[in-house]
Amino acid sequence: MIEVKDLKKTFKVARREAGFGEAVKALFHREYELIHALDGISFSIGDGEMVGYIGPNGAGKSSTIKILSGILTPDSGLCTVGGRTPWKERRAHVKEIGVVFGQRSQLWWDVPVIDSFELLKEIYTIPAGTYKKNLSELTEILDLSKIVKTPARQLSLGQRMRCEIAASLLHDPKVLFLDEPTIGLDAVSKLAVRDFIKRRNKDHGTTVILTTHDMQDIEALASRIILIGKGRILLDGTLDDIRRGGEHIDETVAELYKKFDV
Amino acid sequence: MKLYLKYFAIHLKSTMQYKASFFMTVTGSFLTSFTVFLGIFFMFQRFHSVAGFSYEEVLLCYGIMLMGFSVAQMFASGFKVFDSMIANGEFDRILCRPRNEIFQVLAFRIDFVRIGMLLQGIVMLWYALVKCPVDWTFPRALTVALMVIGSSVLFSALFLLDGSVAFFTLQGLEFMNVFTYGANEHGKYPLSIYGKGMLTFCTFVIPYALVQYYPLTYVLGRSDRAWYMLLPIIACLFVVPCWIVWRIGVHRYKSTGS
Amino acid sequence: MKKYIAFFRLRFAMGLQYRAAALGGLVCQFFWGAMAILAFKAFHDTDPSAFPMSLPAMSSYIWLQQALLHLLSVMSMDGELMDMIQSGNVAYELCRPVGVYNMWYIKNLASRASGALLRCIPALIVAALIPAPFGLMAPPDVITFLWFALSLVLAAVVVTAIGMIVAMITFHTVSPRGVRLIAVGIADFFSGGIVPLPFFPEAVRRVTELLPFSATANVPLRIYSGDLHGGEMLFLIALQVFWAVALIAVGRLLEWKELKNVVVQGG
Repeated sequence: MIEVKDLKKTFKVARREAGFGEAVKALFHREYELIHALDGISFSIGDGEMVGYIGPNGAGKSSTIKILSGILTPDSGLCTVGGRTPWKERRAHVKEIGVVFGQRSQLWWDVPVIDSFELLKEIYTIPAGTYKKNLSELTEILDLSKIVKTPARQLSLGQRMRCEIAASLLHDPKVLFLDEPTIGLDAVSKLAVRDFIKRRNKDHGTTVILTTHDMQDIEALASRIILIGKGRILLDGTLDDIRRGGEHIDETVAELYKKFDV
Repeated sequence: MKLYLKYFAIHLKSTMQYKASFFMTVTGSFLTSFTVFLGIFFMFQRFHSVAGFSYEEVLLCYGIMLMGFSVAQMFASGFKVFDSMIANGEFDRILCRPRNEIFQVLAFRIDFVRIGMLLQGIVMLWYALVKCPVDWTFPRALTVALMVIGSSVLFSALFLLDGSVAFFTLQGLEFMNVFTYGANEHGKYPLSIYGKGMLTFCTFVIPYALVQYYPLTYVLGRSDRAWYMLLPIIACLFVVPCWIVWRIGVHRYKSTGS
Repeated sequence: MKKYIAFFRLRFAMGLQYRAAALGGLVCQFFWGAMAILAFKAFHDTDPSAFPMSLPAMSSYIWLQQALLHLLSVMSMDGELMDMIQSGNVAYELCRPVGVYNMWYIKNLASRASGALLRCIPALIVAALIPAPFGLMAPPDVITFLWFALSLVLAAVVVTAIGMIVAMITFHTVSPRGVRLIAVGIADFFSGGIVPLPFFPEAVRRVTELLPFSATANVPLRIYSGDLHGGEMLFLIALQVFWAVALIAVGRLLEWKELKNVVVQGG
């Protein structure tokens, strides 16, 4: 489904030191440094896999997700999702993927959620029959029937996240990218979201790529973990591979970060 | 088009959720252009013409520019907030959707509050049409219509350019205001009053004069060059370079992600 | 006092970082000023006898107005403060151990002054290099310049106080953007931002001069250009002092009422 080979990406970032004098100096001269966000990344993800993509902040997680979703063009390397190169065939590619950013909403704030759904139907040109079928299925499983008529601003975070997930699945994507899907949710909502993702994966064979800092998400969902640090893949294996004893998942990951010095 | 109407309906619905706020903002927005009109009014209390143009003629000119400007402000305002769309990731969302990017930015925001300005433009134009001693023929009326359309397109193109600049820098966007807000405000007078140099600039660099001064002289009977009425259409070609800058910007965005 | 100086320094350093923004603003103001002067010149050429001031004085008025825009426009209200009100973060601000009004007032003044300092010096140098009658002329004499400086400080104090009152009103309203636009529209017009007050019809001008808005940019700019002098000048400066005291008092009164029932939106 997803093939990534030797992906590289470098950014130029302005260096800025704190302080009053430095600010004056920066007025006339600015220094840049190169950040190797991705330094040769390769992996391959099969159809219907659920993968946890983890790593500390600034490790290159979001660059990878941006490349996979067609937002960012890499400097070099190959990447195909369902046989397409995301940044070359953007429009055809994005029809096949769904993206949920945990901290950003794609719902219209002031109108009932169903209006946002209707709009997405037009944006993705979803045939009426498919839309109806998907909507009723999602409404049932995510228990949305009572909230779709409510404006998004009046929903709780958990309710909203359920709607966000539904919104990104209306067009039947083959791949689902989840960026911190459970951030800020209460325990009940977290469980509901996790259950749903698992179910979606089982019933539709949707490939799921999950980035999160919440290790319980990983434990519940991901059969496979890819750990990235300093732009490189440090580890690619199953959860059981990395866990030696029966210790807590957070400790395992902390241990890993320490081991790889990231 | 159907999709745009859907967006339109959602924007309208959202706006109507806050009626009181909407009407206050309409009032405020109207005041900013109304005070400009008051300024003109005061000036013409003191002077009875400027560089050969009468009060009514100036209102005709300002009415057309203001209509074009408010239409652009209303429908191309997504580009005005484009820097924040980049900053808060909204543009990433747009790139994740199977639609043209420019279309999505246009549809992202429809600023209905400019309706007050638009109405003022219409009233001024109407007043001037009645008061100006012009023999209204069909070609002249058509020219006025083309001027309104041309200035709407021209200002929209400038907003597109304004938005595109955000791809290259998030600072210094302010100077673009000269070409939008500034052109609207200073375009209240026929551009010839600013002198030859400015008129040349407004003819060949940014074609304001093609939607304003030249066709205006034809409408007012100062010039019998009927082909002046086609100039607003030529001015619309200004969209092309703006679009190219936008394309370069999108390309750059995709390779830097910021 | 130390706290306030810290705010000012921070503001100034922040402003310096945005050099491109400052440059952009400069170019913008330069064009704007040039267009305004050319338009007034066209009126002047049409009928010089109806022009209420000399052309060089007019040009100086416009250049100073542009250079000091950041200091004297109600529009340059502290964006940070407005964002805070809208996002509900104002609640955190209220927990700080400094008087809210004083702190915001100083912040506001600091952001105005730092912005203006950055912009006005290069702008004024360029404007002064432009030949007469389009350039910025030197002030008529030292005394006039001192009166101008005094009046400028007062104008900054008054305009900040107006900005504070507008910000306080937005506490209560559903439409910060609307209130802001209305306030800016009115203040801009009555402070001579669109057409200088001497161009107003006589009766309108007399009334307008008594409003707090004319106690802002109008007075210092007209003193500098030599349009305002003698008793009339002293009267308007006294009026500036009056409005400064009165508006700050109103602002503090509003603060006192506000703190009792702060409505935090969103949060």
